[in-house]
Amino acid sequence: MRQFFTRSPLLVMMLLAGYAFLYLPIVSLIVYSFNESRLVTVWGGFSTKWYGELMSNGPLLDAAALSLKIAALNATLAVVLGTLAALALVRFRKARGHKSLGVMVAAPLVMPEIIIGLSLLLLFVALENLTGWPEGRGQTTILIAHATFSMAYVTVIVQSRLAHMDTSIEEAAMDLGARPLRVFFTVTLPMIAPALMAGWLLAFTLSMDDLVIASFVSGPGATTLPMVVYSSVRLGVSPQINALATIFIAVVSLAVLIASVILYRQEKARQ
Amino acid sequence: MSAALRTLSAHSSRLIVAVPWFWLALFFVLPFLFILKISLSEPQLAMPPYMDWVREFEDGLLTITLNFGNYVLLFEDELYRDALWGSFTVASISTLLCLLLGYPMAYAIARAPEHWRMPLLMLIILPFWTSFLLRVYAWIGILKDNGLLNQLLMSMGLIEQPLQILHTPVAVYIGVVYSYLPFLVLPLYATLIRLDNTLLEAAADLGARPARQFFTVTLPQSMPGIVAGSMLVFIPVMGEFVIPDLLGGPDTLMVGKLMWIEFFSNKDWPVASSLAAILLLVLIVPFVLMRHYEQRRQAEEEA
Amino acid sequence: MSQPRTLSNQSWSAPEEEPIVQIRNVTKRFGDVYAVDDISLDIHRGEFFSLLGASGCGKTTLLRMLAGFETPTAGRIIIDGQDMTSVPPYNRPVNMMFQSYALFPHMTVAQNIAYGLKNEPLNRAERRERVTSMMSLVQIQKLADRKPHQLSGGQRQRVALARALAKQPKILLLDEPLGALDKKLREQTQFELVNIQERLGITFIVVTHDQEEAMTMSSRIALLHDGRAEQVDSPRRMYEFPSTLYAANFIGSVNLFSGHVISHEKDMALIGSEETGGELLVHHSQPLAQGMPVTVAIRPEKIRVTDTGSGGANQVTGEIKEIAYLGDVSIYHVDLPSGKRMQFTQSNVLALAEQPLTWGQEVSLTWNTHSCGVLTQ
Repeated sequence: MRQFFTRSPLLVMMLLAGYAFLYLPIVSLIVYSFNESRLVTVWGGFSTKWYGELMSNGPLLDAAALSLKIAALNATLAVVLGTLAALALVRFRKARGHKSLGVMVAAPLVMPEIIIGLSLLLLFVALENLTGWPEGRGQTTILIAHATFSMAYVTVIVQSRLAHMDTSIEEAAMDLGARPLRVFFTVTLPMIAPALMAGWLLAFTLSMDDLVIASFVSGPGATTLPMVVYSSVRLGVSPQINALATIFIAVVSLAVLIASVILYRQEKARQ
Repeated sequence: MSAALRTLSAHSSRLIVAVPWFWLALFFVLPFLFILKISLSEPQLAMPPYMDWVREFEDGLLTITLNFGNYVLLFEDELYRDALWGSFTVASISTLLCLLLGYPMAYAIARAPEHWRMPLLMLIILPFWTSFLLRVYAWIGILKDNGLLNQLLMSMGLIEQPLQILHTPVAVYIGVVYSYLPFLVLPLYATLIRLDNTLLEAAADLGARPARQFFTVTLPQSMPGIVAGSMLVFIPVMGEFVIPDLLGGPDTLMVGKLMWIEFFSNKDWPVASSLAAILLLVLIVPFVLMRHYEQRRQAEEEA
Repeated sequence: MSQPRTLSNQSWSAPEEEPIVQIRNVTKRFGDVYAVDDISLDIHRGEFFSLLGASGCGKTTLLRMLAGFETPTAGRIIIDGQDMTSVPPYNRPVNMMFQSYALFPHMTVAQNIAYGLKNEPLNRAERRERVTSMMSLVQIQKLADRKPHQLSGGQRQRVALARALAKQPKILLLDEPLGALDKKLREQTQFELVNIQERLGITFIVVTHDQEEAMTMSSRIALLHDGRAEQVDSPRRMYEFPSTLYAANFIGSVNLFSGHVISHEKDMALIGSEETGGELLVHHSQPLAQGMPVTVAIRPEKIRVTDTGSGGANQVTGEIKEIAYLGDVSIYHVDLPSGKRMQFTQSNVLALAEQPLTWGQEVSLTWNTHSCGVLTQ
C-alpha cells in the first residue's frame, strides 16, 4: 500500500475522500444515537436511553417483525425464481421465451420503484375486481411485489456463477451414471451454493429496505418498518431512528464480517 | 450446452423457463398495460378512483370511452413539464457527478495491490447493504440549518450565518450521488480490472505519456463499464422519490415525487398513470443502450 | 513399455470377433457445419485407439457422440452389440476422462471416485474397496481426503482417470488426456496410460491433436480431417504408408513430387516428374492407370547421399541451401534444378565430425523403391 501511495498519491487521496463521503454520514448516525439530548445535533452527553425507547415503541417493533417476516419469505421465493431464471438464461439458450425472459429480468434492476409500485397496485386492483383475488392488499401483495424485483438481482448473481461454471463437470456426473435430477442436486446446486446464499441475503436486504413499492401495494394493517421510519422522519430527526439505524448497521457489519471470514478461510484453504 | 442435456431435459427445461417467464409476465409486464389503460380513463370519486373504458348505460348500451385528457394535461400544464425536466436535470447532473467521483475510485481500486482490492470493494458495497432510507435520513442531520456541516463551518469561522442547504437542489444532488455511487463504481471496476495491462505498456512503449495512455487506451476500453454504470444511476434516479421528498424543497420538482403526490394526496390515479407511462417511454432509450453494452460485455466475458 | 503392435494387417487381431464399437455412417451437423461427416469405424476389444486430427476436425464431437453428450444427426453407434445412438450418457457402458478433468470441486478425491458407484449394485464395503483399489491403481492413496483444488495438475489427472475407471466401463474415452500436463510429465504419463490399459484390458479411445502422443500410445489411429476419416491404420503404417496427401503431411515431414504414371508392372510403378527432372521407381501394389497424375512421397530420413553421376531412377542432384542442426539430426534443404526445394536428414553419428556437407555444395540424393509411396489423392 505504501508503494501504491507514493506512486499515485492523488489517486489515493481521491479514494480516501470517496470513502469519507460514504462513511461520515453513517458515523454521524451512530454517534448521535448515543446522544442524551433530543436535539440530534447538540451533544448532551452519552446515553443509551433512545435504545430503551426504541424497544418500547410498539408500532415500530410490530412493523419490524412484519418486515423481517416478509423479507425472509421474499428472499426464499426470490432465490427459487431467480435460480430458475438464471438456469433458463444460461442453460437453455434455444428454449422458447429465452430472449424475452432476458429482457424481463434485466428491466426490474433499473426500473424506478415508483413505477413498479404503481403498476402492481393497478394490477392487484384490477385482478381483485375480475377474480376476487387478492382480497384486499397486505402481506401477500407486498411479498409478490418484492419477489418480482428481487428475483432480478438473484438472477444476475446466479447467472454469473453458472456462466463461469465448467459444464463438463455436470457432463462428468452424467457420464458416471447420474440422471439429470441427481446431477442438479449433487453437483450443480452445491457448486452455485455461495451465489444462492449471496442472492438470498441481497433479496432479504432489498425487501427490508423498500419503502416506495410497499407503500403502493400494502393495505391497512400491513405497515412495514420503512413505512414507519418514513412517517417518523418526515416529522423531523428523531434519536430513536438513529438508534434503529445503529442496530441496522451493527447487524449488517457483523453479517458482512462473518461472510468475509468464511470467504477468507475458503480462499486460504484453496491456496 | 450439449445436445444431450438439452434433449434429456426438454420437459424440465420448458418448466424452468416457463415459471420465471410467467411470473414476470404476470407481475411485471402485464401491470404496465394497466398503467396504459388507467392513464386513458377518467378519474372519479370512488374506489378505485377511475372509470372503466367500457361502461354500461341505463339503456343497456355498452360504450368505450378513451380519455386522452390526462396526456393533454401533462403537456399543457407547466408543472408536469417542469417535473420531467427537473428529473432529467437531476439524473443527468448526478450521473456526471457520480462518474467524476466514482471513476477515480474504481480506477484506484483496480490499481491497488491485489490483496487490498477485495476489502476496498467491500467498503464500497457495505453501505449499500444498510438501509437506504436511513442513510438518506443521516443527511438531514448533517445538512439542516443547525446541522453538523453548518456547525463545523461556523466554528471554523468560514461563515457567519448558517447556509440553507437542506431543502435545496444541492441537498438532492448530495443525496443522489451518495446513494447511487456504488452502482457506478462496481461495473466500472469490473471493466477496469479486466483491462490488459500490456496494452498500456504497449502504448507507453510506442511513446504515449500517461495522460495520452489514459485517454487513448484506458478510457475507450472502459466505455462499457461507463455506460452500464451511468445507466444504473440515471434510470432509477429519473423516478426517484425518497431523496427529493426528504432532502429537496418545494422548488425541486421531480416526476417521482409528483407521481406520489398525484397518487396519494390528490387520489388522481389516471394522471399518476399517465406520468408513469411518459416516464417509461423516456426510459426506453437509456435501457436499450444499457442492454446493448451489457450484452457486449457478456459476450466478451464468455469469449 | 508397450510392445510393438500389429504392423502389417489393416484390422485389429481377431477379425471374426464383433468389434466393441461400431460407428456406422455417423454424421453430426451443427447448423450448416458438418462437424462429423459420414464416418464409419470399427474399434475392437482391448484396443488403444486414437482419434487424431487438428482442431476442428471433428474428433471431439465424435468422442462426445460415443459418450452420449451429442446425438448423431444421421448414422448409428453400436457399442458391444447394442445400438446406443440415442441412449443418454448415464445409461452407457462407457466412461470419459475429460480434458479439463471436470472433478467435482466440492467433493474429496475419494468422494469423486465413488460418485459413479452410487448406481452400481455394490454394498458399502465393496464400494470402499473399489475406491481404494482405484486409488492404488493410479497411486494416489495418500490423497483420498484432499479436495481437487489442493492437488497438482498431474494428481488431478490421476483422480480423473481413477474416477472414470471406477465403474469398470467397457470403454474408456479420453479427451486430450495429457493436454494439460507439461512436457516431461506428459512423456512419463503416456507409458503409464498404456500400462494401465494393458493391465485392465479395457478399450481406450483417445482424442488427441498430438501426433507423437498418438504414435507412442496407440494400437491404431484414425486420422480425421474436416469431419472425415482420412486414414485408419497402425502408427507404423500411418507413417510409412500414408494413403493421402493430407495424411502424409500431417504426420512427420515429407517430400512430395507430383508427376504422372509412365508404367506399372509387377508392383513397380515408374513415374515421370518434372520436379525431379527424372524418373521415379516406386513399389506399389494397387493398380495405377497409365498417364494418371500422382504424387510421390519420400520421408527425409529415407534419403541417402550418393556419389554424383550414377544416373537412373530415384536419383536427384541439387544444391544445399539451408542446414538446421537439431542435435540428434541435421536437416538439409536442397534446391533442385527445377526450382523445387526438398529436404533430407542425416544422423549426427559423431560428436565432432567434420561437416561433410556444407552450404552451396552440390549433392546427389537417392532412396529405395520400398521407402517411398505413391499417393493418388
